[in-house]
Amino acid sequence: MPEINIRDALQMGHHEALENDPDVLIMGEDIGAYGGAYSVTAGLLDEFGPERVRDTPISEAAFVGAGIGAAVGGLKPIVEYMNLNFALLAFDQMINIGASLRYMSGGQVSVPIVYRAPTGGGIQLAATHSRSYENWLAAIPGMKVVAPSTPADALGLLRSSLLDPDPVLMVEHVLMYQQKGFVPDEHFIVPIGLADIKRPGSDLTIVSYHHAMVTAMEVADKLAARDVSAEVIDLRTLRPLDMPTVITSVKKTNRVLLLEENLKTGGIMGEIAAQIQENAFDFLDGPVVRVGAEDVPHPYNRGLEQSMIPSADKAIAAVSAAYGI
Amino acid sequence: MSIEETISRRTGSGKNDLSVPPLTEDDLLEMYRTMVLSRTLDERVWLLNRQGKAAIVASAQGHEGAQVGAVKASDPSRDHYLIYYRELCTMMALGVTPTEMLLGFLAKEGEPMSSARQFPLHGSMDRVDIVSFSNVVATQLPHAVGFALADQMRGIDAVTIAYFGDGAASMGDTHESMNFAGIHKLPVVFFCENNRYAISVPLSKQMAIDSVADRAEGYGMPGVTVDGMDPVAVYEAMYLAIANARNGGGPTLVEARVERFYPHTSDDDHTRYRSADDIETMTQRDPIEIMEQLLVSRDLLGEARKEQIWDSATRIVNEATQAAEDAPLPQPTGDNDIYKHLYADSNGN
Repeated sequence: MPEINIRDALQMGHHEALENDPDVLIMGEDIGAYGGAYSVTAGLLDEFGPERVRDTPISEAAFVGAGIGAAVGGLKPIVEYMNLNFALLAFDQMINIGASLRYMSGGQVSVPIVYRAPTGGGIQLAATHSRSYENWLAAIPGMKVVAPSTPADALGLLRSSLLDPDPVLMVEHVLMYQQKGFVPDEHFIVPIGLADIKRPGSDLTIVSYHHAMVTAMEVADKLAARDVSAEVIDLRTLRPLDMPTVITSVKKTNRVLLLEENLKTGGIMGEIAAQIQENAFDFLDGPVVRVGAEDVPHPYNRGLEQSMIPSADKAIAAVSAAYGI
Repeated sequence: MSIEETISRRTGSGKNDLSVPPLTEDDLLEMYRTMVLSRTLDERVWLLNRQGKAAIVASAQGHEGAQVGAVKASDPSRDHYLIYYRELCTMMALGVTPTEMLLGFLAKEGEPMSSARQFPLHGSMDRVDIVSFSNVVATQLPHAVGFALADQMRGIDAVTIAYFGDGAASMGDTHESMNFAGIHKLPVVFFCENNRYAISVPLSKQMAIDSVADRAEGYGMPGVTVDGMDPVAVYEAMYLAIANARNGGGPTLVEARVERFYPHTSDDDHTRYRSADDIETMTQRDPIEIMEQLLVSRDLLGEARKEQIWDSATRIVNEATQAAEDAPLPQPTGDNDIYKHLYADSNGN
């Protein structure tokens, strides 16, 4: 298969899901004739019809709650949020019901639903389109959260999400739909809960996910020019976290940079930093380095917005200050 | 306009398609027995709460007629029940046993609704198609819509009943659910048990209109109000709504006007927010007495049979209480490990 982008990979995943399983239903705002805010569902309405590719009123609680009900009732719904910020309107359904029903029913009820949501900043859509809440949802027992950064991971994780008997949220960074990559021709899945070493190295571990992976690779390239070999780990799944992969790497490199585009305070990297000091404290040559977005709502102005999103240079400066490299 | 006319005219499903089969003598007696059992169990769990044995209780007293009438109008072998927390009599009518309820109230080992992880009145029971829900009111209405959507898409002949109170009627989820169900003509009946109080807030401070059912027009569905203290009236209205949904006529909003005889839950005291007059007058009509009068008028109930039915309920509830009190408490190990049931593959640590 030639190189494709993440949008194509997701579109392909939806197409095969609709084709292979009559119980699959996609619901969301403007996913029909419009093709979805980021064109992920483009063309699916014509092929599969308005019942299975169902445009909804602007009513997150209804279509998420109905998705949960339909999942319990035997369907396999994929619910697309136009934007993860709008998911705030249905957090009650996602957290209090979707993620809790199996537990609170003593295992009687499964909720096999897949939520998908564009997220992230960098395209001048201001805060209420750009904020990321995947870390909040990754803090909820009963949820699974995946965040692919390559087309193969997007397709493989979507397939795994559709096979999963529990609710899974896939977050899609708005800057990454055009991200290209090779996707295997043969059928494959990417298991939920498995990180991926996107670049092996020996001197520094970089842990990242989503669009920050682009920055992480840039950091690794720049450090390589200084003869510093960085190992780059793409988390891919934010719950459950693949901490063994992270800990093994940190024990090897003795240095770690945790890099995310989400707000630094309360971000997923805070949890990872805590687990590293719990499990690899004696292996560290210095403090865990954590670089995230500035703690402000995303400004609309391009320059202001860019100044809040962590750059490779900022990350390198933080690594140099901590480890003298 | 009659309820029959309202439903058939609004949906165009034709009056002749919607006739209500009269209840048989056996039906009426069974409904009465269920109400008596529910009332007896309701009294018992309130007592167990006051003894410190049941953490929290929401009484269904005053709602029994509406609940037994609605279940009678449905088909438990195929329909779905998205209940809320004041549905003890609905649960009894669907076949949840007093022992199962009491194991739940006392959070004992073997509690079949949540493995002691949820209030019993919020529990799930796959056997009778009850699904658990949040303490945030109205969240079960979108689920009901989803159940109906799944049935419609899979060609399954079933109707979903979405239960809620007047308090939940103010929630955004309620509006969004009714709108969604109206658009897609889903086989769901929205059943509002309006007892005039959202915990302590009276109806006049919850809505600017007199009747929740008036909102149905805005969702393109029929809306009817019925005397919820009369089990037969509720049966008839719900039968029409359910038959209409089964025939492809889409959703209906049925509002049953009931009274809440007890405070919101065992955690509050309604004398702080209801006037003495209100409390005095609300109990003047009792759905159980209304059912008794009907049975007496049909020569189906004499003093001896009445005593036998109440004694039988007391005996059943006594035995269930004993069984629940004797049951062990769950220990957080093995099958009761607190991590069990978090995910499909969580067997506990």
